[in-house]
Amino acid sequence: MGIQYTNRAKPVDRSPMTWVERLYLWNILKGMAITLKHFFKKKPTIQYPEQTRTFSKVFRGLHILNRDEEGRERCTACGLCAVACPAEAITMEAAEREEGEEHLYREEKYAAKYEINMLRCIFCGYCEDACPKDAIYLSQTFTPANYNRKGFIYKKEDLLIPNPVTEPEAYQKALGTISRENQITEEVN
Amino acid sequence: MAEDIKQAAPPKMKVTIDNISVEVDPGTTILQAARMIGGEVTPPAMCFYTPLKGSGGKCRTCLVEVSKGSEKDPRPMPKLVASCRTGVMDGMEVKNITSQRVLGARAGVVEFLLLNHPLDCPICDQAGECHLQDLSYEHGKEGTRYEFKKRTFKKHNLGQYIQLHMTRCILCYRCVFTADQVTNKRQHGVLDRGDHAEIATYIEKSLDNDFIGNVIDVCPVGALTDKTFRFKNRVWFTKPEDAHRDCDKCCGKVTLWKRGDEVLRVTARKDQWGEVMNDEEGKTGWICNECRFEKKDVKDWVIEGPTKVSRHSVIGVNHYEVLDKPDETVAKVMGGRQPKLLLDIHSISDVNDPSVDLSKISGPATGAVFNHKQLTENTE
Repeated sequence: MGIQYTNRAKPVDRSPMTWVERLYLWNILKGMAITLKHFFKKKPTIQYPEQTRTFSKVFRGLHILNRDEEGRERCTACGLCAVACPAEAITMEAAEREEGEEHLYREEKYAAKYEINMLRCIFCGYCEDACPKDAIYLSQTFTPANYNRKGFIYKKEDLLIPNPVTEPEAYQKALGTISRENQITEEVN
Repeated sequence: MAEDIKQAAPPKMKVTIDNISVEVDPGTTILQAARMIGGEVTPPAMCFYTPLKGSGGKCRTCLVEVSKGSEKDPRPMPKLVASCRTGVMDGMEVKNITSQRVLGARAGVVEFLLLNHPLDCPICDQAGECHLQDLSYEHGKEGTRYEFKKRTFKKHNLGQYIQLHMTRCILCYRCVFTADQVTNKRQHGVLDRGDHAEIATYIEKSLDNDFIGNVIDVCPVGALTDKTFRFKNRVWFTKPEDAHRDCDKCCGKVTLWKRGDEVLRVTARKDQWGEVMNDEEGKTGWICNECRFEKKDVKDWVIEGPTKVSRHSVIGVNHYEVLDKPDETVAKVMGGRQPKLLLDIHSISDVNDPSVDLSKISGPATGAVFNHKQLTENTE
């Protein structure tokens, strides 16, 4: 006797088959009945990508870099996401905002280059936690598959949310399928 | 008789700080005695700076409670005293972290210091080695009760090397003492009074003294920062290494803050209290502007080894204790065949581009630098 892990173990039944069991057809019918029963059950399969599953409220998908209500980039390249990242996936280069760029960047310093290596990223969401500027969020989209490793180096242009001033529709779409407030009201209703 | 007293070594004084006793020379301040013990019992200090005469007594963060004045006069001092300016007496008993009064007062002082501080740490180059950050983490309260607009200043230009952010200043006067004592001509001081007081160069004069760069090192906050390092990298991503060179103006012993082989910043060597260290022969550790701002090439320096960084500092993250690179063993084992590189990150990544050398750019990088428009101009 080995170690008993659960009490669900059943001893093997070695008694001779009864007359009904020996008929053979009876067990076939039993199996067919189970199959038939499933025809009338609700289908658990989801026809992805036409249909999608509802995301959990805490789903952590592809990152987006946020903009403020005037469409300026929020990221100031403070490096806290990069230092918090356990996979060392985030890298950036900071630059000083010049005169005439005030409509592009929120503060005097901004991320001239910002990259996330999705091959390294483990989607833990620590970057979102660390961000003091409300600039990085993990959205409700998957990282799309790619044939090349190069395709997984996401640059700032790939990560930025659409500008809410010039592209309001795309911005609304990028905000996600469920916002947290909507979800709560739906549950209440 | 009087000569005899002078010749005899003065008796040591016994002082007890948070129930830890230490024997010190007469004339030592409570703060220095606490630093001899070290660790948690040392009061924080924002304005006191050992190499600068007359510093201290302004920020009030080093307040301690003296529960027993001395052996001869055991009465406690009625108010909390600034430990950086109070000398020890024989038999003195001091309470620092064991006193609720001290902790409460210190939290109040931090709240006051942060009233007008912009808290723009994500932009500030001092973040990571900022004494005000450390102070507010360790001794501050979470919120503020201040509901008015923070004070702002007109921008001052302190020349091509030093960046002044007056909004971040806590008026510790360290830079004023430095300009006064280290350099031989003072052109920089505090104008106006009270809430309007600000560090400025008199009539916006550019500072051209050889040692004026040291005001950057003494600044406990990000008010005075290095313009040649501005926005180039976060402090905790750079690797500090001790290095030296022959300099006819200063000791030439510095800390290089590198990214790869790029020297992004040069500072004086600092001790565990963040103060400029004297070298082994006791020579002053202040460094000249040429070493600090002009020598941004590894070839200018003799590297001694990585700077020792406290494990508790964010700068110690991913910090290596040795400079030797590990041997590449794949080629040896595989009969000379190099490992197959599946992705050369530089072929796709724009970050840490080998063709962009930030140490060659005099000021902060702009977007054009990374977009290769301005680079050729700068390297010429």
